[in-house]
Amino acid sequence: MSELFTLPVVIAGIMVVSLNAYVLLAGADFGGGVWDFFASGPRRAAQRTLIADAIGPVWEANHVWLILVVVLLFTCFPAAFAALSITLHIPLVIMLVGIVMRGAAFTFRTYDSQRDAVQNRWSLVFAVASLVTPVILGVCVGAIAAGCIPTDAGMTFASETFRDAYIAPWLTAFSFAIGATTLALFAQLAAVYLTVEAADPELQDDFRRRALIAQGGALASALLALVLAQREAPALSEGLLRGWQSIPLLATVSVSAAATAWFLHQRRFRHARVSAAIQASAILWGWPLAQFPWLLPRHLTIETAASPAPTLRLIAIALAIGALLLFPSLFYLFRVFKSRPARTA
Amino acid sequence: MSDLLAARTQMAMSLAFHIIFAVVGVAMPVLMVVAERRWQRHGDRIHLELAKRWSKGTAILFAVGAVSGTVLSFELGLLWPRFMEYAGPVIGMPFSLEGFAFFTEAIFLGVYLYGWDRISPRAHLFAGIMVAISGTASAVFVVTANAWMNTPTGFDLVDGRMVNIDPIAAMLNPASFPQTLHMTLASFAATGLAVAGIHAFLLLRRPNDPFHRRALNIALLVGAPAAILMPVSGDISARYVAKWQPAKLAAMEGQFATERGAPLRIGGIPNEEDRTTRWAIEVPKALSLLAFHDPNAEVKGLDAFPEADWPPVLIVHLAFQVMVGLGSMMAIVSLWSLWIRWRKREPSEHRNFLRAVVLVSPMGFIAIEAGWVVTEVGRQPWIVYNIFRTADAVTPMPGLVYPLVLFTGIYIFLALSSCGCCTGRSSTRRRPPISALANRPRVPRIHGSPPMSR
Ligand code: HDD
Ligand code: HEM
Ligand code: HEM
Repeated sequence: MSELFTLPVVIAGIMVVSLNAYVLLAGADFGGGVWDFFASGPRRAAQRTLIADAIGPVWEANHVWLILVVVLLFTCFPAAFAALSITLHIPLVIMLVGIVMRGAAFTFRTYDSQRDAVQNRWSLVFAVASLVTPVILGVCVGAIAAGCIPTDAGMTFASETFRDAYIAPWLTAFSFAIGATTLALFAQLAAVYLTVEAADPELQDDFRRRALIAQGGALASALLALVLAQREAPALSEGLLRGWQSIPLLATVSVSAAATAWFLHQRRFRHARVSAAIQASAILWGWPLAQFPWLLPRHLTIETAASPAPTLRLIAIALAIGALLLFPSLFYLFRVFKSRPARTA
Repeated sequence: MSDLLAARTQMAMSLAFHIIFAVVGVAMPVLMVVAERRWQRHGDRIHLELAKRWSKGTAILFAVGAVSGTVLSFELGLLWPRFMEYAGPVIGMPFSLEGFAFFTEAIFLGVYLYGWDRISPRAHLFAGIMVAISGTASAVFVVTANAWMNTPTGFDLVDGRMVNIDPIAAMLNPASFPQTLHMTLASFAATGLAVAGIHAFLLLRRPNDPFHRRALNIALLVGAPAAILMPVSGDISARYVAKWQPAKLAAMEGQFATERGAPLRIGGIPNEEDRTTRWAIEVPKALSLLAFHDPNAEVKGLDAFPEADWPPVLIVHLAFQVMVGLGSMMAIVSLWSLWIRWRKREPSEHRNFLRAVVLVSPMGFIAIEAGWVVTEVGRQPWIVYNIFRTADAVTPMPGLVYPLVLFTGIYIFLALSSCGCCTGRSSTRRRPPISALANRPRVPRIHGSPPMSR
């Protein structure tokens, strides 16, 4: 056991936990933007108000999980951070633009003039950014999982073209299938959470329907990714389907997916919220477990990429102390804003 | 434009943009907390309105600060991957601690902004205090990382590689104390006087308006003492620069020749070609006195360093003159405000004083930008002083002007939008009656839903 759980592995595990928190919390905020885009029907305005109310107080805190992942990556696995930043420069820039536009447009919409023209403009920016960002995030994950991030990009072969080094690694069908899965999962999480937050049964139904649609989308695109992986990321698909963890994980995904659909059907929204979160987490964990012990498959393992031990030890201590500070505060935040349904317009 | 220059420009622009919002995020919570505390103490509703008005501006600026800060964390890798690969294990520590400060800040800001009618007044005030503390903490941590780039410690250099890494020693590098002190004070001075200036301007138009009078008093309370301490803290900074980064000091002062009893040059144009600084007012021996507290101390000139290691002298010298000049004016106006207070007068009744506050109001932010130019450009050509060159750190990806153009566009857009948003409909120019403000919808109105109170 102690052979397996070395300090670098533990910290890599904490990074996946943070990413998991980002998916469940910030992912749902992006998903909210997706449903803002697709708001329709007689309760269109009410849907948007509910979404804005749900996101408003928490999105900035939720967003920090991503910062934590990035900071841990460059502190504890600097070689991997450098390699990622070089090869994925273009998608990362697009993702940043999306993150900036989503956050800024949401805030401006809340505080800018309430005239319809102004509000419509910010809504559009907010919604488009919320659609694009998760796809690109997924694309980046896909490129990593497929083993397309070399550690010597732009250095070794003079013959390497710009396309080979900076575009081809991520512009693949597999990456975009992961992107679509990410988007659908985020949208599903948001819709499920919103069924809990809505007080009005009709509004709940709107989001119940949306949750089921997104559920279908998420499973279909995950399946597509799995099929494409056979060809484009054989090592990953091998790990996904034949690792020790494959059976329990696939079982968790299937059971929680079925449970989510059942609970939604039964209008047991709080239960659906839990099972949807389990489903998304299980899909996410499939990736690091399948590529273990690689950090950047085919190029860098967790051990070889790790910083020297003193740094890792201090970071572990900082994380422990930080968690003591963080969790009570987070608990407080969610208790204040999520313990009772938001008012509906 | 070369890729290196594009990368440097993009980094400089992103940081120059972010720092404005970061500084506001450090100091505004303190102003809000003081206003709210006064409301809770004296039950004066105007103070409550003030706290709410300020928190609206803070919400907008905080969001822009958060997203621009996110851009920065990625940019460290997107533009300088070799630097991060090299230095990540050493300077990651303050960034990680900063991460927790961000968490606390964002969590309690959410509670503060959206929790007015959900939690008790005491809990609300507490949330404000937590925002203020964590905002200052995040600034301190990130400046510590920057201080390490100026005076790297906490490792041994063996064959160009860092071994025996000690991240704590790296955080406690010699530049950390002077830089964090100077930066924290700068945040309060710049924001406090800027806010004071806005309300002074409005008081000139509407004398004795109780709202602006109270706002002015609180803003001066936060800004003036900090502004008075700036020259003191700046002196501490200058002495550490003299000791640890002599080439930067020489560039700041336009000092080309190593000499004893060096003069202090005020203004002037350094010329790298013929190695002279012309048209400066020279105060004999003052530089030696200030930098080493000894009028005959030897000050190293740029001639003590190979020309390849010189920072761009003209820029550094001018930026330093701008910072010190503006800082002096801010300190004088702040002393004036203390004098008025000391004589138990109301600052808002002195029209000339109000005019002076309006005049200095933008100066803190300009001085901050200038000060960072001194620090960062003055460190060139090094990204880690004397160890790692900026040119070796840059990403191999070609075509870096394109992201530069893209981000320039985004920052212009964000700057214009946040200005428009902060001064928009419920601007201080056309301030609606206070009672209407109190009913401002907390919930965002989405188009299509019936308009609320207005
Ligand atoms: C409100 C803004 C402000 C004001 C009024 C001043 N400064 Fe400043 N200064 C800064 C804002 C600033 C800054 C932007 O915050 C810097 C950049 C890096 C840092 O730590 O602080 C800085 C850096 C900085 C440095 C370089 C430190 C380094 O390279 O590491 C020196 C020597 C001084 N300052 C000195 C002064 C003096 C003698 C002032 C006299 C009035 C002064 N500053 C006013
Ligand atoms: C001296 C320079 C800096 C200071 C004083 C500073 C301070 C701050 C503060 C106070 C915030 C909170 C947001 C706000 O109130 O607007 C913030 C946000 C942020 N800063 Fe900076 N920062 C500086 C430079 C940097 C640098 C170089 C980085 C990159 C590594 C960075 C990364 C971030 C990030 C990621 C956030 C977002 C946190 C969130 O989501 O709440 N900052 N910064
Ligand atoms: C927020 C206030 C800051 C401002 C306005 C600022 C300004 C600048 C400027 C003008 C440059 C370009 C220098 C040149 O190439 O000539 C630069 C470069 C850089 N700064 Fe800062 N800086 C700030 C804080 C920080 C902090 C806190 C860090 C990191 C911990 C940092 C890291 C860097 C890096 C990595 C570069 C690129 C390498 C280099 O040019 O040396 N900066 N900054």
